[in-house]
Amino acid sequence: MIDLLTIFVLAVFVGFEVVSKVSTILHTPLMSGANAIHGVILVGAILITGSAESTLELVLGLVAVFLATVNVVGGFVVTDRMLEMFKR
Amino acid sequence: MTVQLMYLVASVCFVLALKGLSSPKYARYGNFIGAFGMLVAVVTAYLHGVVHNGLWILIAIALGVVVGIPAARSVKMTAIPQMVALFNGVGGAAAALVALAEFFAVPDTTVMFRLATVLTVLIGSVSFSGSVVTFLKLQELMTTRPVLLPAGQQLAIAAGVSSVALCALTMAVPNGFLLWLLAVVGLALGVLFVLPVGGADVPIAISLLNAFTGLAVAASGYVLANTLLIVAGTLVGASGTILTRLMAQAMGRSLANILFGAFKATAVVAQGEEQRTVKSGTVEDVAILLGYANNVVVVPGYGLAVAQAQHAVRELVSQLERRGVAVSYGIHPVAGRMPGHMNVLLAEADVPYEQLKELDDVNPGITSVDVAVVVGANDVVNPGARDEPASPIYGMPIFDVDRAKSVVFMKRSMRPGFAGVDNELLYNPKTTLLFGDAKDSLTKLLAAVKQL
Repeated sequence: MIDLLTIFVLAVFVGFEVVSKVSTILHTPLMSGANAIHGVILVGAILITGSAESTLELVLGLVAVFLATVNVVGGFVVTDRMLEMFKR
Repeated sequence: MTVQLMYLVASVCFVLALKGLSSPKYARYGNFIGAFGMLVAVVTAYLHGVVHNGLWILIAIALGVVVGIPAARSVKMTAIPQMVALFNGVGGAAAALVALAEFFAVPDTTVMFRLATVLTVLIGSVSFSGSVVTFLKLQELMTTRPVLLPAGQQLAIAAGVSSVALCALTMAVPNGFLLWLLAVVGLALGVLFVLPVGGADVPIAISLLNAFTGLAVAASGYVLANTLLIVAGTLVGASGTILTRLMAQAMGRSLANILFGAFKATAVVAQGEEQRTVKSGTVEDVAILLGYANNVVVVPGYGLAVAQAQHAVRELVSQLERRGVAVSYGIHPVAGRMPGHMNVLLAEADVPYEQLKELDDVNPGITSVDVAVVVGANDVVNPGARDEPASPIYGMPIFDVDRAKSVVFMKRSMRPGFAGVDNELLYNPKTTLLFGDAKDSLTKLLAAVKQL
């Protein structure tokens, strides 16, 4: 348990650190990119569905897999489209 | 072992992705690295964690891809903010569902796991319903103004208190019904939380909800004892919080003021409806004004993007430059519907980076600017934000275009801006109004300037 907490606290600092100097121009793509990254809940959704025993679990899990996939692929694609505009 | 190693690889990719996304040079690589990390994580989870239902999972993923990619591909650049809100919302919902499913799979756990479960369900539901409301606002399917329900504040407090009580109760007596109830209360809380946020503040609410979803994912990582979910969720939660603060700072407001400001600033917007005179000009007048100026600043806003006039404005600016006029663009941090949104839209129209100036670059020299051209912007040049403490947008930094030698205000109509506030600048004697569709006006202006 304490291991997980350690990871959590360290990740907080890393999260603060990596975006602390971002310019205004990149606020929107950064938000959108971070949005895609929390789509990692897809991993949780896959794990839970992969070991689901009851129909209820299966249904909840599959809906979660679907929604998380939309979050992931949509998030990365939309971010890329934004950033594409910036290239010279 | 291998699984943990793969998750570590994915975590590192996510850190590098966020790092890359914060610098203009590496942003696109950053996004690729993030996507790569995600692929590694998902394939690892599938190969090692799936005992059964494998086919069902693949079908659900395929459906998600079929829905997600076309939506992301076809969305107009002007509608990006609401798309991000929507993607954020489904992520929050997914987190809440994962925690619910895990609860039904393993109902008997330790207190810490129950805490993580109730937090995931609560934050995930808030994030989902809040994001849906921001989507509706930005898509203008509902009013963009702050919505103040009668006793809305009391309702929000009641929902907040009952959600905390339900969390405590569910932890003491793990019960599926209570957890569902918590999800429902969370949904209500999300709606009540976002309804009073209006106008230019909506994007900041999205950013905050984004951070919320990150936290929900991190909490779900505890539920599943999965380090990757904890790391990635926390990264997004932390960076999202910082980003939200940066955005609020860019608007010169505190976060508390943005989220709860509307409760106090009750609809004071209902001003006297007397007829006031404005000065409107013809295309030729404006062309002469611009063609013989030395120094012009263009302040574009969301209206420019809606009219798809980015290219037209760039052509006009090039023409003016050929005549020796010095032109720059004043880009407000919240121009468009999201911080940095206007930069994206202008970059799409091949406007060179160097011409884009921020507030601090423009305002000090504004008195020597001959003409400030406001295209489809409103709130970001509203002197009320600077001078009238009663104004709902008071405190937001603006371009002081009222201090330029003259102002050309291109507007479709006298309708007020996104924040719904009347603009004193329109009645300023220095201001010439040019009514009409932005693209149409700009094209005519270009032709008129060429004639000079």
